[in-house]
Amino acid sequence: MTRKLAVLPILCAALFAAPAAWADLQFNMPRGVTPISHQIYDLHMFAFWMMVGLGVVVYGGLMWTVIFHRRSRRKKASQFHENAKVEIVWTTLPFLILVALAIPASIVLVNTQNFHNSDLKVQVTGYQWLWQYEYLDKKAEPVYGFYSRLSLASLKRMSIDPPKSPWTDPHYLWDVNHPMIVPVHKKVLLLITSGDVIHSFWVTEFGGQVDAIPGRITQWWINVQKPGIYRGVCNQICGGGHAYMPVVVVAVPQDAFYRWLAASRAGRTSGPPTMAQAKALMHGNVPLALNGASSSEKRLASEVKS
Amino acid sequence: MSTEATTVHGHGPAPGIMRWITTTNHKDIGTLYLTFSFIMLFVGGAMAMVIRSELAQPGLQIVNPDFFNQMMTLHGLVMIFGVLMPALVGFANWLVPMQVGAPDMALPRLNNWSFWLLVAGMSMLLSTLLMPGGAMEMGWTMYAPQSLQTPFSFAFSIFSIHLMGISSILGSINIIATILNLRAPGMKLLKMPLFCWSWFVTAFLLIVIMPVLAGGVTMLLFDRFFGTSFFDAAGGGSPVLFQHVFWFFGHPEVYVMILPAFGIISEIIPTFSRKPIFGYTAMVYALACISFISFAVWAHHMFTSGMPTAANLFFMYASMLIAVPTGIKIFNWIATMWRGSLTFETPMLFATGFIVTFTIGGFTGVMMALVPADFQYHNSYFIVAHFHYVLAGGTLMALFGGIYYWLPKWTGHMYLERLGKTHFWLTIISLNVLFFPQHFLGLAGMPRRVPDYALQFTDFNLISSIGAFVFGASQLLFLYNVVRTVHRGKQATDRVWEGAHGLEWTVPSPAPYHTFQEAPDVK
Amino acid sequence: MSSHTGAQRYFIPHNSPWSFAITVGFFALLFGTAMLLSGMEKSGLAILCAGAVVMIVCMVGWWRLVIHESESRTYRALEDSSFRWGMVFFIFSEVCFFGAFFGALFYSRLFVLPFLSGASNNLFTEVLLWPGFVAQWPSNGPGNLGGTFEGMTPGGIAAMNTALLFISAVTVTIAHWGLKNGHRNIVKVFLALTFFLGFTFVVSQAHEYIHAYQQLGLTLGSGIYGTTFFVLTGFHGTHVTIGAIALLVIWVRVMRGHFDEHHHFGFEAIAWYWHFVDVVWLGLYLFVYWL
Repeated sequence: MTRKLAVLPILCAALFAAPAAWADLQFNMPRGVTPISHQIYDLHMFAFWMMVGLGVVVYGGLMWTVIFHRRSRRKKASQFHENAKVEIVWTTLPFLILVALAIPASIVLVNTQNFHNSDLKVQVTGYQWLWQYEYLDKKAEPVYGFYSRLSLASLKRMSIDPPKSPWTDPHYLWDVNHPMIVPVHKKVLLLITSGDVIHSFWVTEFGGQVDAIPGRITQWWINVQKPGIYRGVCNQICGGGHAYMPVVVVAVPQDAFYRWLAASRAGRTSGPPTMAQAKALMHGNVPLALNGASSSEKRLASEVKS
Repeated sequence: MSTEATTVHGHGPAPGIMRWITTTNHKDIGTLYLTFSFIMLFVGGAMAMVIRSELAQPGLQIVNPDFFNQMMTLHGLVMIFGVLMPALVGFANWLVPMQVGAPDMALPRLNNWSFWLLVAGMSMLLSTLLMPGGAMEMGWTMYAPQSLQTPFSFAFSIFSIHLMGISSILGSINIIATILNLRAPGMKLLKMPLFCWSWFVTAFLLIVIMPVLAGGVTMLLFDRFFGTSFFDAAGGGSPVLFQHVFWFFGHPEVYVMILPAFGIISEIIPTFSRKPIFGYTAMVYALACISFISFAVWAHHMFTSGMPTAANLFFMYASMLIAVPTGIKIFNWIATMWRGSLTFETPMLFATGFIVTFTIGGFTGVMMALVPADFQYHNSYFIVAHFHYVLAGGTLMALFGGIYYWLPKWTGHMYLERLGKTHFWLTIISLNVLFFPQHFLGLAGMPRRVPDYALQFTDFNLISSIGAFVFGASQLLFLYNVVRTVHRGKQATDRVWEGAHGLEWTVPSPAPYHTFQEAPDVK
Repeated sequence: MSSHTGAQRYFIPHNSPWSFAITVGFFALLFGTAMLLSGMEKSGLAILCAGAVVMIVCMVGWWRLVIHESESRTYRALEDSSFRWGMVFFIFSEVCFFGAFFGALFYSRLFVLPFLSGASNNLFTEVLLWPGFVAQWPSNGPGNLGGTFEGMTPGGIAAMNTALLFISAVTVTIAHWGLKNGHRNIVKVFLALTFFLGFTFVVSQAHEYIHAYQQLGLTLGSGIYGTTFFVLTGFHGTHVTIGAIALLVIWVRVMRGHFDEHHHFGFEAIAWYWHFVDVVWLGLYLFVYWL
């Protein structure tokens, strides 16, 4: 085992020494930006440390016997092969550890399923191989929607004949033409479904994924705590384009969001939001075309708030 | 103890190729299964190399996404139905009759049929690769409705599953009948070696789950060709139904692949600890317990499919519960080694390595049983790492250990010890280099079953690919060692290992063509 | 489990060519069927038929061999016991096969349809995707697939079929009793009767299908109801057909003087199988026709 551990750092060092352009390595789950993602992260870390503790016991015992009970040290083996007491101990103790894990897990699970009292509902529909986002009003009627597919920059580079380098696009497979826009500090209910085969809507920063199942609506709720660009993927094999339908969600200030939505509903935008426009919105800069919303647009915007 | 090797009725093996085609001898059929599985290991391994080559770098370099998906699907199916299961059935064929003191398997003709059905099924599956549009692109889980989009090869893939399923059912019936009916006098059920127990339990699992898989894929066939709506919401069906049916099969199937491996480990560890297995009865009950609970955990593969909270909670608790009997097994193995007189010949190295790597898979398994955490882990590379730690780090390691352990009995020759040890160290190191970084990838958000990924995942993927190439290449050492041992090598003694106990070690090495035609005495 | 003095402890057949040959036939049969389904009708049909012929030849050959071995009393108590365990677990695996389809029926009725109409955590499934859909049974789903239809009723043909199978269970048991007590004429008559009851069942099932397609508007495409009805009863009917053919073979063997009071595993295996299709029918009648 020691030999195994010795090799890893050498190998890693050799690999990382080469191109300096490589991004920082991410070893763990991101803590995320929603209340649920924080709880899930904490649960994950709790379970992780529990397992590390168990690992110390199991591997410690194994190492001890491998080192100290070799034939070179013990010519004669003991012949014991039963002990009801220790059997009871190592049945009960793991069970208690499991109970300790199950309690927080159950609580977090119930919290993830709290879909009531949402401020905004967005229907997310997966297709081979793109996403559709539709903003719903109080009666669950779509008021504005658009399709979102892999960015042109990525599309241009995903070629096998001739092979092309993806390195010239820093957001290769991680960028779309029209990102989904959500407001910060609002409870947004994502109503997820599919138009063809099963997909899965996964943004790690939002705490998890939900399958997009044709003929069914599955749900996930987010309440994004800070403006930003959050990237995810389709996480259920859905054919040749499975790797090429990323999810990009841009969380923007509330005011910017509602003005953008109202303007979009009124057809006063140049179309679905581009990445550049979304970034501007994120910084609270409502693009010129959206300024000066009329009173009717304000009414349209308030309809969505519920 | 009678160890007669005679040919009472003068039935040696038939000459030439017909020996292998028509054989009803459990040792011949065991050899056939093991050889078949060995070939498939390299077929499935080659597919893994294609996968890891493409994933070594972001962007598309070697194969197009459709072909990548076919490789990924077939890699899974070949490794499960073509490598792990047949290898374990090969072990069962060789060992169960010898360990319970039976003259052969209970239903020898059926035994031969099971093997050839497997070959037929696997041939049909691999033939889909050559068909217009290629093989299935769906992963081995074949989820509807995506699998229904498979072009020409759809029906062939389904029928290949049927063939392999029938093969498994018949093989399992044979093992159960042998264990129930042909034990030597005095070989009480609770005196049976743990390997026999593990297969006894496994055979039950297979007989329950294989018909369910057959039913599930038949539903796919009907939905595709006969206009039924099992998986079509418009007709009142649901794609989630397929997941339920599939995982009712699929989860016990995982135990089908690991329980006999537990059995192998439970044979190896006492031998090289020179101590009886610790807590034999607890080990048997743990096996029974695992298999029983395994029927109530299937939906933990579907936590993200939008099940009601009550269902999620039930499957979470049941899944966590499985950790208890599994933990008992691991603790008992360590207790068996405790205060023994340990030596580390190759089989023992693999058995110890098994405990190390399998336990990592066990830990991540417990983490994944937690529904909210699974919302993140699900379908990511984290789970790819998890089940490869269980299947490659678990079952495959146990298989290697088992081969080194019993090969001298089967062939009469000792394998090359030094080469075996080299094989072990290369395997366990490269295995960890290959799969450990995949945990990080999954946690960081890399989905499984993708031919291409965002740039931030590059480093760990490259490390993983390097590990994969070393892992693949190390198996060539194993190939050489085994093939060489079959032909020549130091003559093995009857007992082979000084600490070995059990009926199979009482017959000569190599084991004669017929053993225990008269029942041995079991004390 | 004592060893037989002076002879082998257990009969181990050698060099069976049939299992390999039948696999070749089976492979061709399935490969041909797959080709047929995938649009290569002509060559598919040819391969299918060739495979079927090989399979039938092999089945006849294999069983002739086994029957010959059985009648020459090659098999003794230990072999007999292996066959029994084998048959028990084979039937158990068949039960599990039907279990998958019953499971699909229950899941669709109890969970899928209510979910589609908004139950549990699926409120928005109904609101957004299938507005106004109400779960009921029979159902062809929110898409009204296959148009309107009438469901099956527990009366009429279904009730008659239930009676047929129940009587056949009695007759096969009487035949078994006759065999064990050496009344061969009773065996001949009641076994023949069992076969005819089974045969009549299959015919009336076919009649029921025609009725469903022509009068009730119920087809395989009638959503989940048509799906589960035809697939469940269809697989059951297939098993009845196989069982009836097996009964016929056993009857021919009885007519030729095979079996005696103690040595009749073949007969019992088929009798068990027949009881198994009976029990499955009971489930079908209850859950498909009645409830």
